[in-house]
Amino acid sequence: MSVVIRGLSVTLGDAEVVSGLDTDIGGGGWLGLIGPNGAGKSTVLRAIVGIVDYLGTIEIAGRASGPIDRKERARMVAYVPQRPQLPLLMNVRDYVMLGRTPHLSLFASETRHDLKIVDEVLERLELSRLARRELGEISGGEAQRAVLGRALVQQAPILIMDEPTTGLDLGHQEQVLELTDELRHERNLTVVCAMHDLTVAAQFCDKLTLIDHGRVVTSGPAREVLSLERIAKHFGASVTIIDNPDVGFIVAPQRRGR
Amino acid sequence: MLLVRQTRGDLASTRCRAWQLLLALIVVALAVCTAAFVGPADLPFRGVLTTLLSKVPLLGVHSTLPSNDASIVWQIRMPRIVLGGLVGAMLAVAGATYQGVFQNPLADPYLLGVAAGAGLGATLAVELVKSFANWPVSPVPLAAFCGGVLAAGFTFVLGRSGGRYRAGATLVLAGVAVAAFFTAIQTYAQQRQTQTLQQTYAWILGGLSTASWQQVQIVVPYIALSCIVLVMYRRILDVMSVGDEEADSLGIRAHRVRAVTVLFATLGTAAAVSMSGLIGFVGIIVPHTLRLIAGSSYRRILPLSLLYGAAFLVHADLLARTIASPAEIPLGVITAFFGAPFFLIVLRQSQRSP
Repeated sequence: MSVVIRGLSVTLGDAEVVSGLDTDIGGGGWLGLIGPNGAGKSTVLRAIVGIVDYLGTIEIAGRASGPIDRKERARMVAYVPQRPQLPLLMNVRDYVMLGRTPHLSLFASETRHDLKIVDEVLERLELSRLARRELGEISGGEAQRAVLGRALVQQAPILIMDEPTTGLDLGHQEQVLELTDELRHERNLTVVCAMHDLTVAAQFCDKLTLIDHGRVVTSGPAREVLSLERIAKHFGASVTIIDNPDVGFIVAPQRRGR
Repeated sequence: MLLVRQTRGDLASTRCRAWQLLLALIVVALAVCTAAFVGPADLPFRGVLTTLLSKVPLLGVHSTLPSNDASIVWQIRMPRIVLGGLVGAMLAVAGATYQGVFQNPLADPYLLGVAAGAGLGATLAVELVKSFANWPVSPVPLAAFCGGVLAAGFTFVLGRSGGRYRAGATLVLAGVAVAAFFTAIQTYAQQRQTQTLQQTYAWILGGLSTASWQQVQIVVPYIALSCIVLVMYRRILDVMSVGDEEADSLGIRAHRVRAVTVLFATLGTAAAVSMSGLIGFVGIIVPHTLRLIAGSSYRRILPLSLLYGAAFLVHADLLARTIASPAEIPLGVITAFFGAPFFLIVLRQSQRSP
């Protein structure tokens, strides 16, 4: 399912944090939102999920998302927040099961079908062993995978992730992103993701949209978007870009004056 | 090779199991039998049991007690037990619900001021509408409901101004202030009628000594309705534990769920309190004890709170009318005696965890 954003503006309190933003991604694509802290990346994601009021249009698979019923939208769009509120006493399996909520009527209970989906996702994320452990007892990385698991059992064709690798060590970062990519190919998932690590963004995303002060600076493939000047201007960082066929596209931080 | 232990594809681990419900039902049945057996009139246990069973249709059991003694069991002890059970069930379920939707472990109908507001409403209704014999339904629970909702509203507005709901102590402090205020007005309203002064104090301290089948009849619809609705919301309360925004992203309307559940919890509490007076801490003691035993899921906490809340208050009332017999200790005093230390433990725990 494609996601098309046109003229998106979001005002939080008195501040317009996103103004007139346009970007889009086709079905099965991976769109990365990059930009400095406070650029408005998370707000754009929250607008797509439908948990923040906005002006402009967001089209999901060609339908304006505004009038879509909340529950139906939850079956179309799954969300991995940046700082999820974890019920620390709930066990991993029950937490992941919450992702089945949009498929259940208000007062219904999960069926065996729902449980099967949950157990498959747990296994896929190597969480089966932790299924009965409470969220308060597992590591941050494991909890992050549980949150991803909750989003995956929603079985929505669009996956929205806000900094999904924050707090993960290198191995688990790779695991989460590779898994997302595998699922993307298997199920033709569309992924929209805010990312800090520009190298990782360049490796995984089909398209990057650079946002600063709530506006799009530029959109396109990583090699076009990520230039030394733009990174210096919008991130205030000096970097070296290594781009060769052996190691791929790497944005490496560089200390000034060396 | 990594060996992955296959989790059983069985029911959700949080579902309330049949044996847990059965055990709770047995505890309730034992509480009822004990409370029906104990009292100033010394009646044989077998007689009490047959009297109770004779009221169950289709069993064909006949009471072995003389009719005087049978009416002690059925007209004096049983209304009190049933009312106590209803009130206890309601307060425990309401407490668990408030804790769930405000994600605040200290929320309780008494501490949030709902009980005091309901009391004021009930008092004013009795004062202003001297005879409501010609009303089709008693206006007392309705007035109690309005008072309860009003007090709850004040508490949430005040508690929110000091931070979010989750900022545990703020909400409770607001509730205590609101409760004190409403109780003050309520006391004033009743003080003007000097002949009912003693009743006023009895009501504030909480008790079931005037229980009758008529009272049971008045509160049953309200308590049954709100308990049924709240228990139906048990799974949704678990979803609410991820916070409003994430619950919304899962297709739940968190604000609406909160409004509906608080409304029903307040309605039931108001009806209960209009008959029983101010009984505190049941909504803290019962759900938190259950959390220690049965885990944190509301899918277990709500149905079990209903049953153990009933059993708890029946036992507490039994203590209230026996330990200083023939005098009675106010029921609210008994629950506070157990509840206050419990409250401190929960407070300590909630301050420690993030």
